[in-house]
Amino acid sequence: MATKPIEKDNHVFVTGNEVVAWAALAAEAKIMYGYPITPQNEIMHYWTRLAPKFDRNFLQTEDELSAGFTTCGGVLTGTRAFTATAGPGTILMQEPLTMAEMMRIPLVVAVQQRGGPSTATVIYSQQEVTMCCYGGNGEGFRVVYSTSSHQDLFDYTIKAFNTAWKYRFPTIVLGDGYQAKMREAVTMYDPASRGIVMEDTEQFIGSPGLCGTDREPKFHKNTFNTEEELLEIVNSIKADYDAVKDEIVEYECGDVDDAEIIVIAHGVVSRAIKEAVKILRKEGVKVGYFRPITLRPFPGKALKEIVEGKKGMLVVESALGQMKRFVTDELYGCTVPITEYFKPGKGVSSDEVVMQVKTMMK
Amino acid sequence: MATEITNVAPPMPACWRKETKTHKFCPGCGHGIVLKALGEAIDELGIQADVIFTVDIGCCLLAVDFFNFDTVQTHHGRTNAVACGVKRATPEKICIAYMGDGGGYAIGSQHLLNAAARNEKITSILVNNTNYGMTGGQMAPTTLPGQKTETSPYGRSVEQQGEPTHGPEMLSAMLPEGAYVARGTVAKPKQLKKFFVNALKAQMNRSGFSFVEALSTCPTNWSTNAKKTWEFLEKDMTDVFPVQEFKTPQEGGKE
Repeated sequence: MATKPIEKDNHVFVTGNEVVAWAALAAEAKIMYGYPITPQNEIMHYWTRLAPKFDRNFLQTEDELSAGFTTCGGVLTGTRAFTATAGPGTILMQEPLTMAEMMRIPLVVAVQQRGGPSTATVIYSQQEVTMCCYGGNGEGFRVVYSTSSHQDLFDYTIKAFNTAWKYRFPTIVLGDGYQAKMREAVTMYDPASRGIVMEDTEQFIGSPGLCGTDREPKFHKNTFNTEEELLEIVNSIKADYDAVKDEIVEYECGDVDDAEIIVIAHGVVSRAIKEAVKILRKEGVKVGYFRPITLRPFPGKALKEIVEGKKGMLVVESALGQMKRFVTDELYGCTVPITEYFKPGKGVSSDEVVMQVKTMMK
Repeated sequence: MATEITNVAPPMPACWRKETKTHKFCPGCGHGIVLKALGEAIDELGIQADVIFTVDIGCCLLAVDFFNFDTVQTHHGRTNAVACGVKRATPEKICIAYMGDGGGYAIGSQHLLNAAARNEKITSILVNNTNYGMTGGQMAPTTLPGQKTETSPYGRSVEQQGEPTHGPEMLSAMLPEGAYVARGTVAKPKQLKKFFVNALKAQMNRSGFSFVEALSTCPTNWSTNAKKTWEFLEKDMTDVFPVQEFKTPQEGGKE
């Protein structure tokens, strides 16, 4: 039995779902729990084919509630575990995600967004942003990485495990149906070859010894009796989240220094805005781009510095402004005008972004 | 003399956590008897160090610190799922899922049924007190025909709300040989303990899924005195819900 799924760098041309399965293997995930929903199915398909070869496990559950809660159970034993879902499945996943937030369970979920509301489509979409960042009855104590390329899917799936286990916040790797099904070149690697050390896992339950004699038992609660007790706990989770926010937050930007207009997009849409900026720059248009990689926590501080004094911002989304709400929230008080280009559940091309910017320049 | 008597600790199973006694259940509640029988079964089998206990939301959540083993409070209905997740990741552990009738037969029925369908090597314990206790006495899947609850104030109508759910009967019909299914009662704690021993043995031997429903009491929501409480348990409930082993992996069979 092979010990490491990836020894040497592997340059391949594969789908996004295959990339996630390989990345989870490379990240030493030991078990996946999952329930079929398009467009994430092939994560399970590849995982179930590869897992036995590397002594990994899989459980197909009865629904996403079960997929999320079985994953929580696995994680509590100190096992690096994950699940994947989409659309209506992400709705059901909110329940286990809130338990993970309250009990600080390092739950890792890959979400390949679907169009919405309801069953809708399984292709291009950024309509699960609000739900992934702030779904559930709580305060959004999660980390959400929005990936734009297959390389991102590989890199950030590995990183998601480390973020989750290091900080003990549920962590979501966000893609969409387009990324899930599209083939693209990617370099898959052994994390160790890039100096990435997988975070140690922790046995929250089931460590050796007789409870009450050798050690104290561990009681993991999520119900509380008083307002004061809950307030103290929520405030302490918030304090922990705030303390590591700056370490976790990630973004990328380009051509921003002399830009008059900053185009903002995340995930798969950021590919269109980057291409548009390249085209516009060749024509001498002073435009730059900003792409939040973490949607939660949101890189508001960096964005604020970049857009200060610019002539305008263009926010582009395959949703009706789910990310824009984070932008306006973070930029409160900033007077740079915002232009919106929203196509919920529809693909965005670089040509459209070029046209939008040109209209703004008029 | 009375003070001397109160200073004598009552006999408790060794795996009980003495620091959290007396327990937090209502006076007259059956949970204490169920958990005593479970504790004695675990003591007898000598498996305390291996047990991972998961408790549902509802009155069961009060058992989060009941025993000296690691315990996880889950969400309403999701306890079987969490227990399955723990078992799949650490098959050497003894996973016990503890829930009420609402959690197991209503909001979490898909998890109970599918854990059984997959023949998960866990032990699922469901306390049947014919109502939702923690939320204030609403009708449960197990509420008896004609029984008055907060959401069936004129009595459960079979025409409107159907017959009570018979969990062990349903599960034993679908489970393969090797699984264990029984219904016990807090009126017969020794028998209940035996059922728990048999259920846990099925998990220890990995012979199959194990399930025990325990008929229990809820005088707080039934609004019954001690005599009426016992009558309801021993007569009304037992008439509808037969107390017996339904499926046993052992040769020789049923008690």
